[in-house]
Amino acid sequence: MSLNSFWFVIIAVLWIGYFILEGFDFGVGMTLKYVAKDQAERRAVLTTLGPVWDGNEVWLLVAGGATFAAFPEWYATLFSGFYLPLFLILVSLIVRGVSFEYRSKYGKPEWRGRWDNAIVISSALPALLWGVAFANIVKGVPLKDNGHGVIEYVGGFFNLLNPFALLGGLTTFFLFATHGAFFLALKTRGEIRARANYLAARTGLLTAVLAVIFLAWTTFKLTSKTDVRIFSLVVVVAWVLALGAQRLGRDGWAFLASSVTVAMVVITLFAALYPNVMPSSLDPASSLNIFNASSTHYTLKVMTYVAVVLTPIVLIYQGWTYWVFRKRISATDIASPNEGVLDKIHL
Amino acid sequence: MNALDLARWQFAITTVYHFIFVPITIGSGFLVAGLHTAWYRTNQDKYLRATKFFGKLFLINFAIGVVTGIVQEFQFGMNWSAYSRFVGDIFGAPLAMEGLLAFFLESTFLGLWIFGWDRLPKKIHMLTIWMAALGTLFSAYFILAANAWMQHPVGYVLNGSRGRAELTDIFKVLTQNTALAAFFHTIPSAFLTAGGLFAGVAGWMIAKKRDVEVAKPVMKMGLITIIISFLIVGVTGDWTARVMTSQQPMKMAAAEAAYDTKSNMPFSLLTLGTLDGSKPVFQIGLPSVLSFMSTGNFNGVVEGVNDLQKEYVAKYGPGDYKPNIPLAYWGFRLMIGFGALCALFALIVLVRLRKGNYPTSKWLLRAMISLPFLPILANSFGWIFTESARQPWVVFGLFKTAQGVSPSVGAGSVLFTMITFTALYGVLAVIEFGLMIRTIKVGPEPTPKPGAKDSDVLTMAY
Repeated sequence: MSLNSFWFVIIAVLWIGYFILEGFDFGVGMTLKYVAKDQAERRAVLTTLGPVWDGNEVWLLVAGGATFAAFPEWYATLFSGFYLPLFLILVSLIVRGVSFEYRSKYGKPEWRGRWDNAIVISSALPALLWGVAFANIVKGVPLKDNGHGVIEYVGGFFNLLNPFALLGGLTTFFLFATHGAFFLALKTRGEIRARANYLAARTGLLTAVLAVIFLAWTTFKLTSKTDVRIFSLVVVVAWVLALGAQRLGRDGWAFLASSVTVAMVVITLFAALYPNVMPSSLDPASSLNIFNASSTHYTLKVMTYVAVVLTPIVLIYQGWTYWVFRKRISATDIASPNEGVLDKIHL
Repeated sequence: MNALDLARWQFAITTVYHFIFVPITIGSGFLVAGLHTAWYRTNQDKYLRATKFFGKLFLINFAIGVVTGIVQEFQFGMNWSAYSRFVGDIFGAPLAMEGLLAFFLESTFLGLWIFGWDRLPKKIHMLTIWMAALGTLFSAYFILAANAWMQHPVGYVLNGSRGRAELTDIFKVLTQNTALAAFFHTIPSAFLTAGGLFAGVAGWMIAKKRDVEVAKPVMKMGLITIIISFLIVGVTGDWTARVMTSQQPMKMAAAEAAYDTKSNMPFSLLTLGTLDGSKPVFQIGLPSVLSFMSTGNFNGVVEGVNDLQKEYVAKYGPGDYKPNIPLAYWGFRLMIGFGALCALFALIVLVRLRKGNYPTSKWLLRAMISLPFLPILANSFGWIFTESARQPWVVFGLFKTAQGVSPSVGAGSVLFTMITFTALYGVLAVIEFGLMIRTIKVGPEPTPKPGAKDSDVLTMAY
């Protein structure tokens, strides 16, 4: 395997990590007001995310940084081309991070209510937009060589809102919502868990329908690669297993299967792309691929050493965090749910 | 304004704003870790209360630092795609390393620290805050190495056919003196900033006679941190100035509003120039001091702006190579001035403290309250100076800022995102400042009763 292919795989792995981890964050965030009705439940739900959400988001930063380092042309074309969707994602991530940290500082219902709304919207929007973005990447967008060998995005914002992309957005939206519900069912007890399960069973079916249409579109209209078809099939099987495990009340297996589903969706899309990284809808010669978008061999080699040494270490300590906080949480664990640390002045 | 001007403004706004919180976070992480260690070693209640109280202030800042940092990484691609193409082979590597080595460390271990009070053995729990602090240090190192490459590119070749710079030696990029000087100048200033915050808050508590036993050791720690950091900042600032004079003479000349080449160059205390910044009208200065600062010799020759302009035209072709001189001149002075003022106040309070007098007078109290703000201003002006005085270059000598902007992004898009970010940042600043003030007023929590429930211990949690 060439280093270029290797880095294509690494980038895919980083997105897999990101979507499995922040995918459930998004799901939990956007369904917060449904799965948790009172203050004790809301704080319990947020506490399931508390120790991990920031580390989960770093996967995005590393995916972005690694793309910059390994495929600078891809990074430059993608980020300047998908300008407004990425901007909306950035705004959402800013609002979301602050909301988690600040919402429970005061007990006042208006204060908390506003942050809760912020959490719901800022979790839902990226869940939708990442699907839109990736569907567009796979489908191909208007890219053109500017005559100096630089491949630029020449479409507008509305080019990105085509039916296939919107279908992709809805698919990730419901996939993450269900994935988050599986996570909550695994991490909580009592009422919250019951609601999460109820939700997962319903959004799970909707996700299945959307995913099948989306994958059929990908495998029959966009590409005829055999591996893409096999991977799509694995997506469907994994999802069926997830829904089945949920019915049997096996929370751990359901979450595992849904994580595999998320991973397989990313793998399917990257397999459909390969060896392109951003196909052009105008002219195949203007497509960005793992060669014309990449860094030099030297840079890829340096980055390979760094990634090979550091990634296992990161996986070990991040995994350890999940182990430390493995205990299920319920509303009754929250001693004084209506109070915030800033309510009372201690003297 | 065109897309280029707007993209520059946007970069300036998002970066200056981000960097208000970064030094507070870097320094506070270590100081909180110090307090936590003091508690671990002595088991004294006051240190535990101080750890949690200052930990809260640290986390409020950390949150904004993190979320605004995401914008930093993505705006290169969004607004500066041509720049990203030109430098990606080199610049991307330290950014990716920063994510992999630093961001994971900070975020994961901070999560463990916040939520781990009752879950982890005491010693391991204390180590988590040290790991998070270490992460901030790595982060600073990699991003400063990337920035240093823009100030002074090394370890690369130009590939004409692909129109970009390509990496040939990563070790040169990561260990060149520009990067090291910047690191050893920036880190102590982060400590100075955190020292200012801790001393200021603790001083206020003492003056108000609130939780004095918690505040006293913190104030001392803060003041000593300020003094030591200031001394190191001074020494490494001198180093930075010399590196800068040899690598970017125009920047030093602009910082001094030194228009003509001279030996025995004075250090200007005040320069008033013509409005376009092309000629000085009135100057007072310390004789020969600038020559010493930039060359290590009082008789050293320092090149002036006008001669450098001629040199650069000969070397790089026609163009205006002068940065905004008033901005550079005042940025440089305000950086030094605010930092020195902070150290001076700290010294006065510390001297009185030695005689056993905790600050009670109105003026001393006011000086204490200014301590958290002075270093923040110094940091901002320092970076405004060092980035603006590199102009017109974005990568010195290789690539101009004007060449770097995204050709596919219109002025309207940049304006829209700039307005939104600025408004959002404004709102967040108000909320964050309110939370800081309120947290300080609420004060350290009383010690939890023994046998408290699980979640009573989650004082910092959601």
